[in-house]
Amino acid sequence: MGGFYGAVVTRGFRRYATYRTATAAGVFTNSVFGLIISYSYLALWHQRPHLGGYSEPQALTYVWLGQALLTPMALMGGGFEDELMERIRSGDIAVDLYRPADLQAWWLSADLGRMGFQLLGRGVVPLACGALVFDLTLPADAATWLLFAVSVLLGGLVSFAIRFLVGLTAFWLLDGTGVSQATLLTGLFFSGMLLPLTVFPGVMGEIARALPWSAMLQVPADVLLGRHRGGDALLALAFQAGWAVVLLALGRLLQTAAARRVVVQGG
Amino acid sequence: MAEARADARGGVRTGLPGQRAGGPGGAPGGYGPGWDRPDSSVRRAREAVRAYVLIVRMWVRSTMAYRTSFVLTALGNFAATGLDFATILLMFSHIHRLGGFTLPEVAFLYGACSTSFGLADLVMGSMDRLGRRVRDGTLDTLLLRPVPVLAQVAADRFALRRIGRITQGVLVFGWSLPRVDVHWTTVNVLIVPMMLLSGGVIFSTVFVVGGAFQFWAQDASEVQNSVTYGGATMLQYPPGIFARDLVRGVTFVVPLAFVNWLPALRVLGEPDPLGLPGWLDFASPAVAAVCCVLAAAAWRAGLRTYRSTGS
Repeated sequence: MGGFYGAVVTRGFRRYATYRTATAAGVFTNSVFGLIISYSYLALWHQRPHLGGYSEPQALTYVWLGQALLTPMALMGGGFEDELMERIRSGDIAVDLYRPADLQAWWLSADLGRMGFQLLGRGVVPLACGALVFDLTLPADAATWLLFAVSVLLGGLVSFAIRFLVGLTAFWLLDGTGVSQATLLTGLFFSGMLLPLTVFPGVMGEIARALPWSAMLQVPADVLLGRHRGGDALLALAFQAGWAVVLLALGRLLQTAAARRVVVQGG
Repeated sequence: MAEARADARGGVRTGLPGQRAGGPGGAPGGYGPGWDRPDSSVRRAREAVRAYVLIVRMWVRSTMAYRTSFVLTALGNFAATGLDFATILLMFSHIHRLGGFTLPEVAFLYGACSTSFGLADLVMGSMDRLGRRVRDGTLDTLLLRPVPVLAQVAADRFALRRIGRITQGVLVFGWSLPRVDVHWTTVNVLIVPMMLLSGGVIFSTVFVVGGAFQFWAQDASEVQNSVTYGGATMLQYPPGIFARDLVRGVTFVVPLAFVNWLPALRVLGEPDPLGLPGWLDFASPAVAAVCCVLAAAAWRAGLRTYRSTGS
């Protein structure tokens, strides 16, 4: 069965790899936004050096990592959830449930393929652009990059798990646009896309850092910036893995409940 | 429905705009010899606006059929654009001045930019759907109708929910007005509406040029986001924090600086980082007019290159 889901991952990757011009356009836009946000961060860090525990180069690295992970983590949407909701709304989901493939595993594989491509296609180049224009602090040792890779994968799992839950709400709501939009906004705010969560004041910062969205950008960025060292890094990864397990399990429960609700025409 | 009515009324006029002999010789946007009378461009502009309004009215009626959905998406639009201001507020929880500007001053910039951009987004925001129509060939349908294509594309799936962004911009702008340290002379008072309207027009022309660009780019439609949304993000901050070359770029290449930076700096009494002559602070309407001419040329050039899909 591993071969089967592996094939779905590959197809997911290829599906997104088809649109090369769109990818190039996306990279360009990510880079422009990276540039603009960098200057706003520079102005802020100029006034408050070491704000949130970041040096100026670290803060800039954070900006470009944000641009690199924006699409892979589907922080602005554009993942599989719209398609899943449309299939639920139209009733095509009945066919999916009959297939000898698990619904959650199927979409997870497809989404991992998408994420894989977008990391390469839309992640690497903006980060390189940022490194060309600004002085970024990227680690030189392979171990940190390896930890970062694991952290990004775990972040991707959390991102998928949340969007799978959002998609399944269509079983009850039929039109999940509202839930989708609300989750999107929450995600943008609490992932650290606007500003690092370490800069959020007081209790709000503590809450933001404990929520699952921080696993998508804040934690991977901190791992790459070397703010978690040794056992600390493992704790950070465990935090992400914990949320991934909880949310994936919730998705499984909801999927079972939803499958019981499906009423096929005339059935 | 309204669209069908517009079709029926203008049904006698024929000719594909894509095939008309455009270019320097022809009357601007004229359909053919019959339209080259002196008053034809005025009349055509009126026709275009009328068609635009009719199509918009149809989409608004269709939106209002799902009232709850409209209210929720408008609120979503409001909240989504509010995130940018939330970022600014978070920044100001650590500092008192950003690039030399106080929070009300940044809010003044932000509000002006968001209101202008919101207006343009409401009126012309549907332009970014053009790429899809070019790709799947459904633009053919629009070319067959005796209504200016630009009016049809701009009104296509008119999204009334975008008043969420305008509302948010206006609220922040209104909040900033009594709080900025400005001596409200007649000139300063007059600059404000001039800034908002010219800004809206400039952003609208950027949407039109972006639309024209999609005739060639098709899949690359996201590039225009870097100028529209990217530009709108940039204008929320004081110009002083950006690299000089970047500021020069948005002054002389894509003249976004005229949306709010130059007029707002005059109102706030702040120096402009490029040290441009003072009269440029009042140049926004002229710049907007020039942008309109350029955008119209770009649009016609784009439309002429359109070849439908298929064989």
